[in-house]
Amino acid sequence: MSRLIAVRVLQAVPVILIVSVLAFLLITLLPGDPAVVIAGDQASPEAIAAVRHNLGLDKPLIEQLGIWFIHLVQGNFGSSLMLNQSVLSAMGERLPVTLSLAALSILITLPVGIFAGVIAAYYRQTWVDTLVMTLALIGVSAPAFWIAILSILFFGVYLRWLPTSGYMPFLQNPALWLRSLVLPALILSLFQIGFLARMTRSAMLEALGQDFVRTARAKGLSEWKAVGKHAFRNALILIVTAIGILLSTAIGGSVVLEQVFALPGVGRLVVQGILARDYPLVQGVMLIYGFAFVLINLAVDLLYTLLDPRVRYD
Amino acid sequence: MTDLAVGAVAGTLAPRRQFVLLRRLAAHRSFQIGLVLVVLLGLAAIFAPLLTSVDPSAMKVRFRFRPPSAAFPFGTDNFGRDIFTRVLYGARVSLWIGLVVAVSTGILGAAIGILAAQFHRLDSILMRCMDALMSFPAILLALGVTAALGPRMESVIVALTVAYVPAGARIVRASALVVRELDYIAAARIAGASNARIMIRHMLPNSVSPLLVHVTFVFAYAILAEAALSFLGVGVPPPTASWGNIIAEGRDYATEAWWVMLFPGLGITLSALGLNLVGDGLRDVLDPRLSWRG
Repeated sequence: MSRLIAVRVLQAVPVILIVSVLAFLLITLLPGDPAVVIAGDQASPEAIAAVRHNLGLDKPLIEQLGIWFIHLVQGNFGSSLMLNQSVLSAMGERLPVTLSLAALSILITLPVGIFAGVIAAYYRQTWVDTLVMTLALIGVSAPAFWIAILSILFFGVYLRWLPTSGYMPFLQNPALWLRSLVLPALILSLFQIGFLARMTRSAMLEALGQDFVRTARAKGLSEWKAVGKHAFRNALILIVTAIGILLSTAIGGSVVLEQVFALPGVGRLVVQGILARDYPLVQGVMLIYGFAFVLINLAVDLLYTLLDPRVRYD
Repeated sequence: MTDLAVGAVAGTLAPRRQFVLLRRLAAHRSFQIGLVLVVLLGLAAIFAPLLTSVDPSAMKVRFRFRPPSAAFPFGTDNFGRDIFTRVLYGARVSLWIGLVVAVSTGILGAAIGILAAQFHRLDSILMRCMDALMSFPAILLALGVTAALGPRMESVIVALTVAYVPAGARIVRASALVVRELDYIAAARIAGASNARIMIRHMLPNSVSPLLVHVTFVFAYAILAEAALSFLGVGVPPPTASWGNIIAEGRDYATEAWWVMLFPGLGITLSALGLNLVGDGLRDVLDPRLSWRG
């Protein structure tokens, strides 16, 4: 057991190294001369030379990689060109917005998605199952940004219930904070609910078909108890795995939704960075998210090992 | 002797099993609906030039912002371009990108997964690289790669393939590893089968089912992701119509001309829906673990 945990933790080390190298490659692999790409086609030779020097692109590749790693160890994730600010502080300012959005959507997703999946599995092959699964399927098939524009038109412009864009920090006004995030969070959770409901349903059906549930039924437990106590606990393992994926899709989805709702989060920052050719910024944000998800995935893996004795292979 | 017997049994069983699977697939309700949707949309994309006589980029400023009518079934945009035509031609771009990403994900995923399962030395290196790629949220990774390669259709294909290959490789590796431990592989090895033969004749066929299911879902994800990238302005650049960039252009005047962004979105939703239904059907039929029915 402890050996398995040690193996998992040790496996994360090379992954972190590879994530760092991949993020490093983002700039060095720019086609042609990266300095020209970043400075722009119309830039003067001096401006290009300045970019080349500032980013250390005039040094040999191996040396650049070495410097990159030294900076990472020092906690230096690079600086944004357009903001004249370190990536860490630029991201730090905007992370609360993105995390609020992600957290709110996952808070909506977990109860609704799991409940929908359990209900569909319990009433399998009835109209309830068909209805719930059709809705779930639409949730994973409709593009979030499109639904977002349609709902802005409907709730914001037509009904005037909710603000169409903008953000209010929680500490300044919690009510307006919630109002500014409700619509984007709901839309973000549409895909997530669909995904989780589909996943929960399969897991429940698989669990319901297993011997221990039949035994529970045979010994006279009501159907709900057999489902609730035994099958659901088994399916919990799957839900733990889902959390990692939900977080990842929430962060990914926030990139598009922050753009539509003009929320000043990290996703919007990345898109602005790309359009302004601020590659060090994009690189830094990807790196930090990459690191975060290596750790999140590791935590999910460890939790999974604790919950499911069958995973403890050697 | 045993080898011969196994071969004979497998020889007689294999076509029959395939037949049974095909029959069960044909009887699967969501597979039927999905397949019809996908085939219809695919045909509309292929025969776009026959279904409309208008040029997708032809601007008729006289006819700008016309709502849907008999002359313009889906209305027109700010340049007076026919949205019906643009959605049809957009289908060609969006579905083509989805298809190429799905196929390349399948090929690369199979290659990486089987190499990792067969060669112990490669296993850790390959799988840690896949883990690293999977650490980035898919859209963010695709965004980074398209940003580096420039806003072109090819960049979108490369970016999305990079984002979806790791999951495919993992799936193939898992099912190839199961086969590797089975007796008949040891028997084949003793009989002198080469590594290549074991990988192609034994590991690959065993991974086809789960990979096919995965690739179908990747097709759907790729259509959604392409739309998101083009919407953000880093995907397929205008004036070439893709479902994502028609929505992006229509968004600016969505209050006056809702039809411009409505129809391409329906195209995305219907094609993703169709592919998800096909994927569900394939999974139900091909994955016996989940085929339990109460």
